[in-house]
Amino acid sequence: MIQAIAFYLFATVVTLSAAMTITARNPVHSVLWLILAFFNAAGLMVLAGAEFIAMLLVIVYVGAVAVLFLFVVMMLDIDFAELRAGFVRYAMFGLAVALVLLAEVVIGIGAWSAGGVELSSRVAPTDAGAALGSLPNIKAMGTLLYTRYLYIFEAAGFILLVAMVGAIVLTHRQRTGVIKQNVARQINRRSEDAIRKVNQPVGQGVEL
Amino acid sequence: MTHYLVVSAILFTMGVLGIFLNRKNLIIILMAIELILLSVNLNLVAFSAALNDLVGQIFAMFVLTVAAGEAAIGLAILVIYFRGRGTISVDDVNRMKG
Repeated sequence: MIQAIAFYLFATVVTLSAAMTITARNPVHSVLWLILAFFNAAGLMVLAGAEFIAMLLVIVYVGAVAVLFLFVVMMLDIDFAELRAGFVRYAMFGLAVALVLLAEVVIGIGAWSAGGVELSSRVAPTDAGAALGSLPNIKAMGTLLYTRYLYIFEAAGFILLVAMVGAIVLTHRQRTGVIKQNVARQINRRSEDAIRKVNQPVGQGVEL
Repeated sequence: MTHYLVVSAILFTMGVLGIFLNRKNLIIILMAIELILLSVNLNLVAFSAALNDLVGQIFAMFVLTVAAGEAAIGLAILVIYFRGRGTISVDDVNRMKG
């Protein structure tokens, strides 16, 4: 009973906040609605028994990606009102495409729940299937991740490394005209190099 | 189970609608892509719970990884694009047309 109430609460809020994300006028509000959507999706995942993915969603998405979005939105000085021009023009076409897509997906769900499609050929039925009940979620995922999916796990780490290097290389810029302190040059500088004594005759110009 | 799929379908549709609605604002398009990936993750987790198979959650994690990388690279491209052109309107992205 309480599970059903929680499910409908999370589902309603995630749907509404997704709608607000794509229709909000201010992109900062848009990011904040996105964060709310992620929180509620994490709640839905906890209800489905995937605690680790839910925590990952909160930490990675809300903690890193959404804050990244927020930084970019606030860093760039953009006239957002101008970007909203043509909102109504695309709305009808977009709604038509979205409705067709939704109808197709709902038909697919109906076909699946009618029982026509057999999906029970499990990849990891023994260890993982048993693990869902007995082991904690994170432990079961760890045992699967570090054995069967070790190479994919390494590849995921490599993808993150490439993304990090790529983002740094793309946004790093060499600024010209910045004066930096060079400590070695400062220390190596002697008074003989800097100061020159001249015995200047009176009445002649000074050589600079 | 079916409820999860319906929520996920609505979320996916909203992501696609967001791409069409905000045709000009690149940041909101990136956020709509995040919504689509979130709905995919929800689907994977729901099937993982329904089929008693943990592999769905493992792959939800990999989708999360790719989504994080995509957001980082996309926003980096957005920042350098804004530096060069002073706008992020999608309509102006035609420099590679030749």
